[in-house]
Amino acid sequence: MSGPSMYVPTSAFGKWFESRLPIVGLIHSSFVVFPNPRNLNYLWTFGGILAFMLVAQILTGVVLAMHYTPHADLAFSSVESIMRDVNYGWMIRYLHANGASMFFIAVYIHMFRSFYYGSYKAPREILWILGVLIFLLMMATAFMGYVLPWGQMSFWGATVITNLFSAIPMFGETIVTFLWGGYSVGNPTLNRFFSLHYLFPFMIAGVVALHIWALHVPGSNNPAGIEKKSDKDTLPFHPYFTVKDAFALACFLIVYVWFAFYIPNFLGHADNYIEANPAVTPAHIVPEWYFLPFYAILRAVPDKLLGVVAMFGSIAILVFLPWLDTSRVRSGRYRPVFQVFFWLFALSCVLLGWLGAKPPEGGYVIASRICTTYYFAYFIIILPLLGLFETPKALPASIADSVLGKSGTAFAMPLRAAHEPNRKA
Amino acid sequence: MTTVASTHAAASAEPTRRDFLYIATGAVGAVGIAGAIWPFISQMGPDAATIAAGAPVDFDLSPVAEGQIVKLFWRGNLVFVRHRTTDEIKLAQSTDLSSLRDQQADADRVKVGKEQWLVVYGSCTHLGCVPLGNEGEFRGWMCPCHGSVFDTSGRIRQGPAPTNLPVPPYIFTSDTSIRIG
Repeated sequence: MSGPSMYVPTSAFGKWFESRLPIVGLIHSSFVVFPNPRNLNYLWTFGGILAFMLVAQILTGVVLAMHYTPHADLAFSSVESIMRDVNYGWMIRYLHANGASMFFIAVYIHMFRSFYYGSYKAPREILWILGVLIFLLMMATAFMGYVLPWGQMSFWGATVITNLFSAIPMFGETIVTFLWGGYSVGNPTLNRFFSLHYLFPFMIAGVVALHIWALHVPGSNNPAGIEKKSDKDTLPFHPYFTVKDAFALACFLIVYVWFAFYIPNFLGHADNYIEANPAVTPAHIVPEWYFLPFYAILRAVPDKLLGVVAMFGSIAILVFLPWLDTSRVRSGRYRPVFQVFFWLFALSCVLLGWLGAKPPEGGYVIASRICTTYYFAYFIIILPLLGLFETPKALPASIADSVLGKSGTAFAMPLRAAHEPNRKA
Repeated sequence: MTTVASTHAAASAEPTRRDFLYIATGAVGAVGIAGAIWPFISQMGPDAATIAAGAPVDFDLSPVAEGQIVKLFWRGNLVFVRHRTTDEIKLAQSTDLSSLRDQQADADRVKVGKEQWLVVYGSCTHLGCVPLGNEGEFRGWMCPCHGSVFDTSGRIRQGPAPTNLPVPPYIFTSDTSIRIG
């Protein structure tokens, strides 16, 4: 990873080790002296929060796997025994289940921060695409994890989602049979989902390493959306951003443990405490909240194949976002017209999430269609054209200038502190 | 220098023995890799026990009263056996075929002389939920998940499902029993 490596080991052993495996120098240059834009706001703390959540999910998940039985006849009761018999099993399971929700809250904030501040634009396209890949892996992992308790929602969620692939012309039925390992969702399906649910987080960890590597080539984007030009624009990662990230993480953890300890089933479905029954579909079958916008898009389209295409397309289109947005100004702060469309986009995503939980009838279907149309229009029509027609506001000359209020913001700090932030007074 | 240049000229003019060896080695390697991948794809499919469990099942129709819908499983899939009333049969037979999305006559979905017995898979052709019996405008089934409506012949009439509820392979082994599979 790039960044100025000023690391010189002091001890003889340190020097001996560093000349053989320069990993301490790598950590030092990446997470200690790494120069970050000094104007980062709290929306930039979610990368660190997400890294923490991945580790938390892996730790709690590995423990749960020690007590869980991946068999159609035993899975449900083994989860109940985790809740009742295993010491602190209830806590670890609730942390894991709510951890998934927190992971998605954090990733959605992280993504919308990119949308608003144009973090996906050159030179950060690969960084962005790796992020989309992580998001896809997260969705697959969360889906398979939700199947493991083998409750009614697990079973029927698995049935509905795997049946999406039956919409593929010609090979659909064969693909679904190979996903199931049988002629319906059953024990072989549960077994392979358990195996893959254990594997995918480590694949995510691998892509996260690439994501951070790609991040450290140009460094973080920032609220002004302009590149750092001199030392005046940056502060070292430690202590400035380690402390800021740690504070944000602590606030985030309060919300996380509030859910886990006080309302652990608020985000779940009561139906999943009924053991899977292939003869009865629950009256109201809905996915977990973090899939609802995509579920609403699926249901907004009256044709089966086109509905599936629209749903997968709504995620696939993110890969092309760096080239669909033609504006050369990164930050939405300096794009007055973009701001209007952006907030409408955010609103349509939230609305889609709400509509995904509603029954597929009447006004809900019409509203889903309007929101789905806007979702795609935002990427395919609005962003490409906006870059050509919009007149952006004047950009500040540098990040330091934007912090010092030279571009019109009221906030200012003592000149010497601004120009030599690394020196103590 | 001159020797190198002339060798290159010869190589571009005509394939050499070395070119042949490259391609042959690559081809054998590709076949080997494909052969090694195959078992890892094949293991995903239904295993021998799953296939064996898919043997035909016999079902006795005599306890099924008129108007009743019975659920049973074949190959892990739900199957509906419906003892249709005269009304329901008439409704299914009198439907105008041109009004159907997946055009199929009722006669093609039941056995001759056994029109009162409708045997269909119990999973919605949209995304596999179990439709609820005697619900919806067409008195057949309605799927609670995404609102597909089926008639008394199990044909799709409204909603997102693309095709009719499929009829599993079955025969009448006697007047009052069927064998599915």
